[in-house]
Amino acid sequence: MSRFDARFAWRRAVNGLALLLASLSALIGLFFLGWILWTTISKGGAAFGWSLFSHATAPPGDPGGLANALVGSVILCSLAVLWATPLGIAAGTYLAEYAHASKRGELIRFVNDILLSAPSIVLGLFVYALVVRPMQSFSMFAGVLALGLIVLPVVVRTTDEMLRLVPTQMREAALSLGIPQWKVTTGVLYRAARSGITTGVLLGLARITGETAPLIFTNTNNQYWSFDPMAPMANLPMVIYEYAKSPFEDWQQLAWAGALLITLFVLLVSISARWLMSGHRGQHE
Amino acid sequence: MNKPLPMALVTTAEAATSNLAPAKISARGLNFFYHGQQALHDVSLDIAERKITALIGPSGCGKSTLLRVFNRIYSVYPGLRAEGQVLLDGEDVMAPTYSVNRLRSKVGMVFQKPVPFPMSIYDNVAYGIGHYETLSKADMAVRVEQALTQAALWDEVKDKLRHSGLGLSGGQQQRLCIARAVALQPAVLLLDEPTSALDPIATGRIEQLFAELKQHFTLLIVTHNMQQAARCSDFTAFMYLGRLIEFGDTSTLFTRPHQQQTEDYITGRFG
Repeated sequence: MSRFDARFAWRRAVNGLALLLASLSALIGLFFLGWILWTTISKGGAAFGWSLFSHATAPPGDPGGLANALVGSVILCSLAVLWATPLGIAAGTYLAEYAHASKRGELIRFVNDILLSAPSIVLGLFVYALVVRPMQSFSMFAGVLALGLIVLPVVVRTTDEMLRLVPTQMREAALSLGIPQWKVTTGVLYRAARSGITTGVLLGLARITGETAPLIFTNTNNQYWSFDPMAPMANLPMVIYEYAKSPFEDWQQLAWAGALLITLFVLLVSISARWLMSGHRGQHE
Repeated sequence: MNKPLPMALVTTAEAATSNLAPAKISARGLNFFYHGQQALHDVSLDIAERKITALIGPSGCGKSTLLRVFNRIYSVYPGLRAEGQVLLDGEDVMAPTYSVNRLRSKVGMVFQKPVPFPMSIYDNVAYGIGHYETLSKADMAVRVEQALTQAALWDEVKDKLRHSGLGLSGGQQQRLCIARAVALQPAVLLLDEPTSALDPIATGRIEQLFAELKQHFTLLIVTHNMQQAARCSDFTAFMYLGRLIEFGDTSTLFTRPHQQQTEDYITGRFG
């Protein structure tokens, strides 16, 4: 009897130790996350004000804001998502619905996974060689291309996976009504996978919002307002990168404010994505 | 109606009894291959019009495979091949020239697991109709009500037609799937173990529905449940190892089977 008691006590001790270590690890992770958030909020919050949104970037000492960078980032990211999303959904649909178990599909899936994990600076260099050098100028066009290349594999992957999660019987049920396959895909399967695909697009958007590396070689930055697609456009990550390195205190403050803006935006997008996914589960099960 | 051809496998007197009713859809010398492996061997079968025919047999006997040939849904997957004829009103629907979508508009299907489309109850039914016919809103509403009534679901959903079809109970979802299929006014309805995912009460409700549906449609039901076949069907076909072993009117097949294998199966000696 006591032998079992001893073993039970031992197991309880091991269990307690494991729980302690796991909780500690979680706490350490949360601690650094909290620290980062706190630093960003306290330092960036100080520079928060109306002028942030009303003034463009200015020389050090002059009253300036981030208006041009903010608008530029919105345009760059929107256009990147805009071209990569339809292409990604189409490719993901091909993989899930037409090349499901074929060798060709496996190959494309593999190549897409490589693209998914390619360092973003490599994609930037690729667009530099492909577009910037022949055109002999940095441009917003090149930046949009590079950012889209980051979104594309994310959308391909999620579309493929979300469509494959749709039960086979739903596909068969729609086909057995005599409805052609393209209409089954667009009318029924996209509906079933809608929230998942939207989540993929949002995650892609969250990924490129803070990307600096692909912009260094493609779009660079612009300290003025510019809407010319063939010229560089102001954007938040590059402004943060340049201002944070600068010796001027007002610029450093603006960099913190920009960092806070991006953090809040990414947080918002991630929460929306999570909310969408949880709604999706609740609706389908 | 065509006079049914003599069946290849009529070895029992009972098989001929199905000839009392005219055949709506018939299999003629069907062979089926999964990646080269034969799953159906020379199956010939007449499905009587506006009757319920049940396909029974142990797992893997080919009854679902046979059902899935009748609307050529198997052809969605690569590597599956059927040989032989399926005659719908005397026309060979297996012919490459026969449009698969035309076939499926005449031969509807209901699956084991209820799978409503992720849209409203109303749209679940209207979706298929809208593909074939351009109807005014009022006409469409009539057709949707008609289909839901035929599926014995109208009274339960008439106040929540705009709600998601996924919010219904399992039995209601299955009746919604039946409504979706009958909305196209097909001639034949194929049901692949339609109640095996449902509780006994929902099952009873759907079995009642079969009797009403047979006023309008020719029903072919695959079932694992021998009692269900005995309760609901007019004719029963027993399959084993990809072959049609015995086919006849249900009461005869269950009370006086002619084949030893049939008797062994229905008395629970195997399967």
